[in-house]
Amino acid sequence: MSDKKSYSNLKATLAIARASFTSIIRSPSAVVFSLAFPLIFIVVFANIGDKAVSVSVGLAKTSDTTNVIFKTLKSVKMVNLITSESTAEMEKDLSKGSIDAIIDIQKTPAFNAPTPGNAGNYQTPIPLKAPLAVNVKYTKASQKGGILRSVLNNILYNINSLMTPNAPSIAKVNETTISGREYKYIDFLLPGMLGFSLLSSGVFGTAFVFLSLRITLVIKRFFATPVKKSSIVLGEAIARLIFSWIGALFIILVGHFFFGFTLIHGVVTVINMLILSALGLIVFMGFGFIISGLAKNESSVPPIANVITLPQFLLSGTFFSTSAFPGWLQHLSDILPLTYLNIAMRNVAFEGASLFDVTHQLLILGVWFLVVYGIAVKTFRWE
Amino acid sequence: MAKQPIITVKNLVKKYDDFTAVNDISFEVYEGEIFGLLGPNGAGKTTTLEIIETLREKSSGEITVDGYSIDNDTDAIKKRIGVQLQAAGYYPNLNLSELIDLFSGLYGIDKSPKEMLEKVALTEKAKAKYKDLSGGQKQRFSIATTLINDPRIIFLDEPTTGLDPQARRNLWDLIRDIRDKGTTILITTHYMDEAEVLCDRVAFIDGGNVIGIDTPDNFIDKLVATGFDRKKEVKSANLEDVFINLTGKEWRPE
Repeated sequence: MSDKKSYSNLKATLAIARASFTSIIRSPSAVVFSLAFPLIFIVVFANIGDKAVSVSVGLAKTSDTTNVIFKTLKSVKMVNLITSESTAEMEKDLSKGSIDAIIDIQKTPAFNAPTPGNAGNYQTPIPLKAPLAVNVKYTKASQKGGILRSVLNNILYNINSLMTPNAPSIAKVNETTISGREYKYIDFLLPGMLGFSLLSSGVFGTAFVFLSLRITLVIKRFFATPVKKSSIVLGEAIARLIFSWIGALFIILVGHFFFGFTLIHGVVTVINMLILSALGLIVFMGFGFIISGLAKNESSVPPIANVITLPQFLLSGTFFSTSAFPGWLQHLSDILPLTYLNIAMRNVAFEGASLFDVTHQLLILGVWFLVVYGIAVKTFRWE
Repeated sequence: MAKQPIITVKNLVKKYDDFTAVNDISFEVYEGEIFGLLGPNGAGKTTTLEIIETLREKSSGEITVDGYSIDNDTDAIKKRIGVQLQAAGYYPNLNLSELIDLFSGLYGIDKSPKEMLEKVALTEKAKAKYKDLSGGQKQRFSIATTLINDPRIIFLDEPTTGLDPQARRNLWDLIRDIRDKGTTILITTHYMDEAEVLCDRVAFIDGGNVIGIDTPDNFIDKLVATGFDRKKEVKSANLEDVFINLTGKEWRPE
């Protein structure tokens, strides 16, 4: 090209990015889908999720189950006794707060004077007269320990009061509290909502924009200028990414400050979540490119887009864990890209995982990237 | 007054699977003139235009635009031309200023929106959306976008279709004005009165072939020389003159 001034692809790309971004923030549907919907879901579900008044109590494997305290505890509806988990699982759940306490009821050996070794295990010596020792481990990750505490007090008081006034207490309660972080419903819900917001923005937004630019001949008019096709795609992607980042940041901050969403490493966690958001959005935009090529007009976009987004909305662990699904359905969940974005997002946000810790999830998203863009290259149409 | 061709089309053919849209068309457009491509719908006018504009592939033939071949210098050509498409839309949700900024970016240059909108008398619409403009304003804005890169040639595809007489005359003035500042204009139209007053030369196209190229005056003189006479007695005014006379010549802000 024998031109005096060299043409700047960067300038063209940025001009498109700016135009597209302006257009997005002025379009009501984009703002509603990316900001309002996730927020409404969070407000509604976060409040529902915390209302259930029951306390999950893990029963230690070593616990005696023949005594009167256990039998009474078992009959209390508010107490949900968990016996199926291994000791290690129980400890892990306790530290997350998905189990509120672990209880271990022991018959006091020989009902006698403590052996020296035995006595050393407790801060206060076991009173000689109590036939049972109730060892309760609470966690800082849950506020519901107090419910168990009062239930236990109640049970002991009732049993004791049935006995003669001067009789010694039937049991001594030993309490310990482990440190842990509460895994609240918001910690589960928010990454799911974020993932879904990225999915709908990536799929619907991209499909609609490229279809309408094609149908209204905006792209054709662009082609009468020296702009490159790559600048158009890149400019649109940059605009959508920035918009999605603003939306993600908004959701994360509202979740953190108003609903107690856990950001384990603070700003670093937020940055990691934004990086994950970008990777997820790029994959999801690929679906949008495919749809814009397949759709003949604007009214044929939603049916195709819904086929892609709805199953992921329901099956990728957006609102509830996929572990509640029957096996065959779980296999389906295990294929969907949003499932892996959600898992990665939750691990980063709550467990404090780094991006290297979620390479498994990122690799699967990478496979999706190759598949989706492989198809998009075939179906995408410029005119 | 040596007439210098700025566009040369030689033996242009455009075939679709089972249909020949353009069949061996040749013509030249001279620098600084308004050249009209005339013909009925489906004659191949738009196809020809879009091939010259580098928006469509040709089947065969040779085209040069301002010295550049369409085969391997499309980028150089794109920088030298301004294109107004029939029925093209503009990026949604943006106002006119923002659209001008967008096009400046696409051409890789800096142009102030105010300057461009001034050229087409749309400064007071700088914050308006394209879809809210009247028909005449839309066409004038389209022409503004063709001028952003200071092109040597602009292409206007049926710019006055659907406009009222005032807006049409207003657009003619604008187009002549652009020509007078040195830009070559290639225009298509269905209105022969328009071609007669606006075009320096015209080519008639039908069925994918050029069936005549000359100045409007020469065409008319030649026809009259064959003994042709209008059936109706020619009056010194027509109904459009009456319309303009009754409603005023000045263009109205819609």
